[in-house]
Amino acid sequence: MRIVVLVKPVPDPASAGERLGPDGRLDRAAVPAVVNGNDEYVLEAALKLIEAAGEGEITLLSMAPTNAPETLRKALAMGATRGVHVTDAALAGSCTVSTARVLAAALGQLEFDMVFAGIDSSDGVGGVVPAGVAALLGLPYLSYAARIEPDMDARTVRVRRISATGYDLLEAPLPVVIGGTQALGEPRYPSLKGIMAARNKEIVTRDLGDLGLEGSSVGGAVATTRVLDSRQPPARAATEIVRGSPAEGADRIVDFLVERRIV
Amino acid sequence: MGALWVVAEPSPDGGLARISAEAATLVRGLGERTGREVLGLVVAADPAAAATELATYLPIVRTVTDPAAADHAWSAVAAGHVAALADGERPDAIFVGAGADGRDLAGALSALTGLGVLVNAVAVDWTDDGPSVEMNVFGGKLITTSGFTDGRGIVTVRPNVTTAAAAATAGRIEALDPPAPTAPLPAVRVIDRISEAGTQAPIEEARIIVAGGRGVGGPDGFGIVEQLAAALGGAVGATRAAVDSGWIPYSQQIGQTGKIVKPELYLALGISGAIQHKVGMRTSGAIVAVNRDADAPIAEFADLFVVGDLFEVGNALLERLRARSG
Repeated sequence: MRIVVLVKPVPDPASAGERLGPDGRLDRAAVPAVVNGNDEYVLEAALKLIEAAGEGEITLLSMAPTNAPETLRKALAMGATRGVHVTDAALAGSCTVSTARVLAAALGQLEFDMVFAGIDSSDGVGGVVPAGVAALLGLPYLSYAARIEPDMDARTVRVRRISATGYDLLEAPLPVVIGGTQALGEPRYPSLKGIMAARNKEIVTRDLGDLGLEGSSVGGAVATTRVLDSRQPPARAATEIVRGSPAEGADRIVDFLVERRIV
Repeated sequence: MGALWVVAEPSPDGGLARISAEAATLVRGLGERTGREVLGLVVAADPAAAATELATYLPIVRTVTDPAAADHAWSAVAAGHVAALADGERPDAIFVGAGADGRDLAGALSALTGLGVLVNAVAVDWTDDGPSVEMNVFGGKLITTSGFTDGRGIVTVRPNVTTAAAAATAGRIEALDPPAPTAPLPAVRVIDRISEAGTQAPIEEARIIVAGGRGVGGPDGFGIVEQLAAALGGAVGATRAAVDSGWIPYSQQIGQTGKIVKPELYLALGISGAIQHKVGMRTSGAIVAVNRDADAPIAEFADLFVVGDLFEVGNALLERLRARSG
C-alpha cells in the first residue's frame, strides 16, 4: 500500500503572531512553522493503515519555502518513509490554482494508491486545494473523511464522509485523493527512536524545472487572487466581569441577553 | 458585463441548503448595486424542490437534471456541468457556500476552469477590477479585502454573514439541456447515507451556540450545556479537549481543526479560551463566558464574563430562561 500525504508547513497558530508582509502575502518568516493540524490527522490515519496491513510506505509531499525540511522531519519522525519537498523561488505568493497544479504535477511523478490531504490548512482555511488536485489528476475525491477503509484486493476504498445529519458512506476505485479531518483520530507523538530515524530519512528536493513546469504558468507572478487591503477588526468593548452569587451571575446574563435583543 | 452565478447546494432532504439561500440573498443585493444579472444554478437528480426555493430569492434559476447526483457525491457531478456552462458564458463571478459541498465544488471548478478562488467571504463589493471580497484571516485577527487579478473568479461565502430574505417576486425557472461536461470528473458512489441519533443542525448555521469545554468535566456535564442550548433555541458546541475526551462528537467542535462559527450569541461554559478555540469563535456577535478561573484567557475577549461555577450559574440561568418563556 502506497500512500502520499500532503503536508503543509503553516505558521504556528499558537504563536498568534501571523501577519501579512508589505506585499500582502503571508509573512512566513514572522513565526515558526509547524505541520498543519489536519495534515497530522491524515498522516496518523496513513500510519495506522500501513501498520494494520503490515506493509507499505508513506511519502510526504510538501510545496513550501526552503526551510520546510525542519517541519517535514517532524512528520517523518511520526513514521513516514520519505519526503518530497517542492521548492522554487517562483512559487512564493502562489494562489490555490497554482498550488493545486504544482502538487498534481509532483504527484504525477510518484506512484501511489491513495493521496491523503488535511481537509484545510490553518493559515489559508480555504479547503479547496485537495479537490483541485484530484480534479487535475482525474481521480475520485473523497472528502471530510472520518474513517478510511481501503480494500487492496478489490482495489477500492470506502470513506465515511461527515454530513449534516451523520455521515455518507462513499466508495471509489483506487487510486484516489482523500481529504481527512480530526475525526480520524489523535496523531501520535514522535518517539525518540522515530526522531533519531527521521534524521537519516531521505528528503528529495524538486524545483519547477524538475516537475516540467515554468514560472510563467504557476507561482506568484500568475496568482489569480491578490490582497488589496487589510485592516484590524474593530476592537471589542472591554469585558464586563461579574463576581457574586450564581443567582447574581445568572441575572446579569439574562439582562445582557435582553439588552442585546437576543431573548 | 458578465453575470453573477449562485450555485445551489443540496440540503439533506433534497431541498435548498440554508447557506445557498444566504448566498443568493447576498449576491442579489450585489447584482442590484452593480446592475449585473444574477442567475441561480441547481444541479440535482430532481432539481424541482431546490429550484422552487431558490427562485424565491433570485430572478432566474436554471436547472440541470443529472440522475448521477442521486447516488454520487454531489460536487464532482455538479463541477463538470458548472465548468462547461461557465466556459461558454463567462460569468463575472460564481458564488457557493463555504461549507463542505461548496468547498469541494469550488476546488474542482477552479481546477477545471482555471478561475481563482476567494474563500470565506463575509462581505462582497465591486471595484473597477471586479469583485472585492472581505474575509477574516488569522483566526479573526485581521480583515482582508481581496480581488481577482483578471477580474473574474469563484467566491465561497461563510454561513451567517447575511439573513436569507426572499425577493419581492419569485423568479422564473428554466430547465437547461446540459452541455456535455468538458472534463467529467470521476464519480464517487454514495453507498449509504447514515443519520446519527442526536445529530443537530450544523453549528455553523446556528444563531445561538452554547459551548462546553474541559470545565464541564464529562459527558454528563454536557447536560446543562444541552439544556441551555434548548432553552435558547441554539446549538451545542465544544472545544477540542471535550471532543478528544469523547464527551461529544467531532461535528460539534469549534476551533482550529473544527468549525469556524459566527453566531449572534456564543455562551461559553467552562472554556478557557485558548487560541486554538478562539480562532473558531472570536468573530461571534456577543460572547458570554462562565468560568471559575477569573484569569482564563477568555476573560480578555468575552463581552460578559461571569466568574463562577458553570453548573451553579448555568442552572440558575436555566431557571430564569424557562420562567421567561413561561
